[in-house]
Amino acid sequence: MRNIWTIARREYRHYFSSPIAYIVALLTLLTVGVYFVVIIYYLTNQSYYSNTAPGIDIVIGPMATVFLFATPALTMRLLADEQRMGTLELLLTTPVKDGELIIGKWLGAFLFMLTIIAITLVYPIVLNKLTNPGIDQGVLISAYAAIILLSAVFLAIGTAMSSFFNNQFAAFFATLAMLVLFWWLIRLPTYIIQNGTINNILNYLDLNNRFTTMLAGTMSLSDIIYPISLTALGLFLSAIAVEIRRWR
Amino acid sequence: MIRATGLTKDYGSRRAIENLTFEAKQGEVVGFLGPNGAGKTTTMRILTGYMPPTYGSAQVAGFDIISESIEVRRRVGYLPETVPLYPDMTVFEYLKFMADLRHLPNAGDMVDETLELVQMKKRADGYISNLSKGMRQRIGLAQALLHKPEVLILDEPTIGLDPAQVVEFRNIVRDVGKERTVLLSTHILSEAQQLCDRVLIINKGRIVAEDTPENLQARLVGAEHVVLRVKGEADDLLPIIVKIDGVQNAKLQPDGMVEFQFAPGADVRPEVARAAITAGYDLLEFRPVGLSLEEIFLQLTQDNTKKER
Repeated sequence: MRNIWTIARREYRHYFSSPIAYIVALLTLLTVGVYFVVIIYYLTNQSYYSNTAPGIDIVIGPMATVFLFATPALTMRLLADEQRMGTLELLLTTPVKDGELIIGKWLGAFLFMLTIIAITLVYPIVLNKLTNPGIDQGVLISAYAAIILLSAVFLAIGTAMSSFFNNQFAAFFATLAMLVLFWWLIRLPTYIIQNGTINNILNYLDLNNRFTTMLAGTMSLSDIIYPISLTALGLFLSAIAVEIRRWR
Repeated sequence: MIRATGLTKDYGSRRAIENLTFEAKQGEVVGFLGPNGAGKTTTMRILTGYMPPTYGSAQVAGFDIISESIEVRRRVGYLPETVPLYPDMTVFEYLKFMADLRHLPNAGDMVDETLELVQMKKRADGYISNLSKGMRQRIGLAQALLHKPEVLILDEPTIGLDPAQVVEFRNIVRDVGKERTVLLSTHILSEAQQLCDRVLIINKGRIVAEDTPENLQARLVGAEHVVLRVKGEADDLLPIIVKIDGVQNAKLQPDGMVEFQFAPGADVRPEVARAAITAGYDLLEFRPVGLSLEEIFLQLTQDNTKKER
C-alpha cells in the first residue's frame, strides 16, 4: 500500500511538470466552459426551452468526449517512458511488486484526472444559482460518479496499453483505438442484432450506454460493478505485461 | 554474498550466458571483466531480480533470486549501465523517492548522509536534468548505496567519468567493499586490477578465467613485452638487438620502433639500451606493452580449447 502511494505521488507530481498535462487540463476546462456558456445563453434566449432547466449533463457530457482523447495523452508515457529512460529497470529491482507499480502509476494518473474533475465542480454551483429550485442533488452525484468511474476505466485501459508497448505513440493510438471500441464501436452491431444473447452482452459492455444512464440520474449496481471490473482487468493485464517483460 | 549456480539465459534462440557458476563473499570486491556483449549485464540483471534466468539458480544475500525476489531486492543496491534517473526531479526528491520505495526510516537523513558520501550535497536541490554525466553517475551510485545494501552490483560504473572522478569513485567502492559484497563489471583491465580482490573473465557468455588480478597477470604474461623507439629509422638496429642473448621475437615497427619480448626474470632492457646507444642511436622511448583485453581473451580462450583437447 505504501509503495503504491509513493509511486502515485511521484506520478501525480510529474504531471505538473509536463506540458501534456496542462494541455489536457486546458482542453478539458475550455471545452466544458465554452459548452456551458453557449448552452446557458441558448436556453435563456429561447422561449421554447424556457421551461427546461439545464442539468449537470451539460458539463459532464462534453467532459467524457474530451477524456476520450485526453486519456491516451496522459497514459501513453506511464510505462513506455520508464522503459525508454531505463528507470523501469530501477523500479523493477526495488522491493516493489509489479502490481503495486501498476496500481501506483494508474492512481497517479487517476488523481490528476480527479483534480481536473474537481475544478469543474464550480459549474454545479453556478447552475444551482441559475435554476429554480436548483439542480437535482441525486442526479448530480450520479453524474459525477459516472465521470469518475469512466476516467478510472479509461486510464486503466491506457495503463495497459502503455505497458504493452515500448513506444509512446504506439501506446497512444492503441489506447485511443480501445477507447473508441468500448465507447462507440461496441454498440454498432446491436443495430443489426437487435435481440438475443449477443445483443445483451454488447449492451452490457457498452460504456457509453451505462454512462448515459448514470448521467440521467439512474444508477444500477451493474453500472458501478462493470467499470470497476474493467478497471481491475486493465490493471491486471498491465501487471501481467510487466511480468512478461521480465521473462523475455 | 552471491552464489550463482549454472546460470543460463536465452533471449529467444540466442544464448546470452551459459552455465555461469561463481561466488562472491562478504567483504570481497569481485570484478566481471569482459568485452561488450559478453553477458555481464544479463548476469547482473538476473542477480538483481530484474529478470529470471532460463536455467540455473542463484542466491544473493542468502535469498533465492526467483522465489524470494523481493527479499533479494531489499538487500541489493544496483547501478544499471544506463543510470536510471528522472530528469524532472531534484536530486533530493529523487533519492527521497527511492528511500521511500525502500521504506527507509528517517529517509531524509539517509539521503543527506549518502549525498555527503558521493559529494553531491551542494547539488541536492538542483534538477537532475541540469547535472553533468559524472554527477548523474554519482547520483546513480547514491541511489544504490542509499539503503546500505549487503550486496552492491555496479554495471560499468566508471564509464563517462573523468580521471579525477574515477579515482574518487574507486575509493568509495573500495570502502564499501570492506564490509559488503561488491560485484562490478568493466571492460577496462587496469580498473579490475586496481579494484577487485578477484576477477571473473567472461567472454561470449562463459567464464573463461577466475582468479586474483595478480595471478591472472602472472598466468597471462608468459613473456615481458616491450617497445623501443629511436630517432630516425631503426632498420639497422634490428640485427643488433636480435643478437643480444635473451631477446625473443624482435620485430621492426614503423617510426623507428622495435618490439621484442624477453622471459620474465631475464630482463634484457639494460643490454638493449646500451647496444642501441653504442651503435649511435638516440634512444627516445622504452616502454612495456600491456596485453590488450582482446589479446587476453584470445590467450585464455586458446588455453581453454587446448585444455579441452
